[in-house]
Amino acid sequence: MTPEQLLFLATGAFTLIASIMVVTSPRLVHGGLWLIAALAGTAVLFVLLENGFLAVVQVAIYIDAIAILIIIVVMLTRAVMKETDPQINRTWLLASLAALLLFGGLLAIIALLGPASRPALVQPEGGLDVLGKALVDVDGFILPFEIASVLLVAALIGAIVVARTPMRGEGGDWR
Amino acid sequence: MSDPFGGIDNFLKDLLIGFGLDSTFVAVILKLAAAAVLGGLAGATAIVLIWVERKLVARIQDRLGPNRVGPYGLLQTIADALKLLTKEVLIPAGADRLVFQMAPLLVVASVIGVWAVMPLAPGLIGSDVNVGLLYILSVGSIGTLGIMMAGLSSNNKYALLGAFRTVAQMVSFMVPLILSLLIPTLLAGSMGMADIVNSQAGLWFIFLAPLAALIFFVSSIAEVGRTPFDLMEADSEIVAGFHIEYSGMAFGMFFVGEFVHAFTISALMAVIFLGGWRGPGAEAFPLLGLVYFLIKTSIMYFVVIWVRATFPRIRIDQMNAFNWKFVTPLALVVLMVTAIVDKLAIESGWPRFLVHVIANLLMVVGTLVILRTQAAALRRRLDVVPEAPVTQPETA
Repeated sequence: MTPEQLLFLATGAFTLIASIMVVTSPRLVHGGLWLIAALAGTAVLFVLLENGFLAVVQVAIYIDAIAILIIIVVMLTRAVMKETDPQINRTWLLASLAALLLFGGLLAIIALLGPASRPALVQPEGGLDVLGKALVDVDGFILPFEIASVLLVAALIGAIVVARTPMRGEGGDWR
Repeated sequence: MSDPFGGIDNFLKDLLIGFGLDSTFVAVILKLAAAAVLGGLAGATAIVLIWVERKLVARIQDRLGPNRVGPYGLLQTIADALKLLTKEVLIPAGADRLVFQMAPLLVVASVIGVWAVMPLAPGLIGSDVNVGLLYILSVGSIGTLGIMMAGLSSNNKYALLGAFRTVAQMVSFMVPLILSLLIPTLLAGSMGMADIVNSQAGLWFIFLAPLAALIFFVSSIAEVGRTPFDLMEADSEIVAGFHIEYSGMAFGMFFVGEFVHAFTISALMAVIFLGGWRGPGAEAFPLLGLVYFLIKTSIMYFVVIWVRATFPRIRIDQMNAFNWKFVTPLALVVLMVTAIVDKLAIESGWPRFLVHVIANLLMVVGTLVILRTQAAALRRRLDVVPEAPVTQPETA
């Protein structure tokens, strides 16, 4: 077993444990922090698969943006002061059944496909250029790319409109 | 002497293989050792940096600064570090123990992690990932998380307030920071740090994009949280902010993190806008490149301290207004204009330097004109409000 494989298995185990802690830790903030740990583990897995770009994007988007946002939201709610809530509710049996079914289904699909259909690992050389060009290519993904941009701009403007205090003269009950 | 760093690498590799180790394990051991040396050195610069800062700030304020321990007070920081090490790390009652203890480590680690992609000299770079700038941004903002964890876990309202301010400041100054870093990416055609240095062979980017350099510098000072922007630990408002409950070396780690972070942004400024290790003869003698890099970084570090010693702290609403109403729109305009102008210059064969300088000058003039009209409008509006007459003593 090479050192890389050892590292891969250790990181995988850590990510798994962190993911379980996300849903089992009694305090909401801890859940958010464990989520960050799980996402960081995924980033390390990307590095070990020699895809530095995905790893960096994983950290930039999921840890820096989304996870920090989750923690901010948790901090701004009162839940941070509360010690614990019960961790499970009435539907835990059904939910775990669904999760098991999904896991089994994924496992079955992977097993059915067999090792022959595994794609060869693509060399990361030039992969980023291809991705970048495909995003602005007319034959590529320019339409989804632009739609996503428009959506984000709309969300930005919407956030400003919602957060803005109504000006004098416009009247308070515009709702 | 054409490749001293490769020579060291080969020497160590031969040595370890000579001990009878497997070559794959040798590679892993060497990588770990290199990471330890780089991280250790980056962290240890704090000892020098703290002395430099205290001495410089003292001189600017017409004082002597540390001058008792060792020659010129050079050993003062070591004495302080020893004192911090002997102090107890107190953990307040009701604190979140694990999170509380992890926070300072995260802050320091996020700063030192940036040095992994710093091109120190030709052929001397920890890891030349092709998304170096993105890596710097994402690793750098893990520090935000560390500060938030510190504020959250301390069980103290001042610490929590400091954490809130951190969120407001660091997350919002991330926007102009990223926008200003897109411009060197655009000019170099790459996000890799080594590529960015290499493409500054003819002309440093600070001459092609002075406005972008300025925006990057200002927003990275805000990102570090140095004075004018030290709102998150504003000692006259919220006592000490996020690190109020920390003592001993746990507090020392925040301190180290801040100083190394200030040095790191100086180094980033040197690499991204001042040509990194480039200078006469640097390619033939890589060690000379390291010297050039350190000189440029030191100059930028001096400017950071100079700013710190000169400006008063701004208010939090001023900080937010400055960022969202001034720096961010300016960065957006600069990014768009630079992209268009650079494409024009390349397509039409106009001299790139001239085109960029003219575009930047026009943007500066435009900004000043807009600011002037805005200020005039604001003054008119303020004049309408009846003011209490200020009684002035009649001069006899």
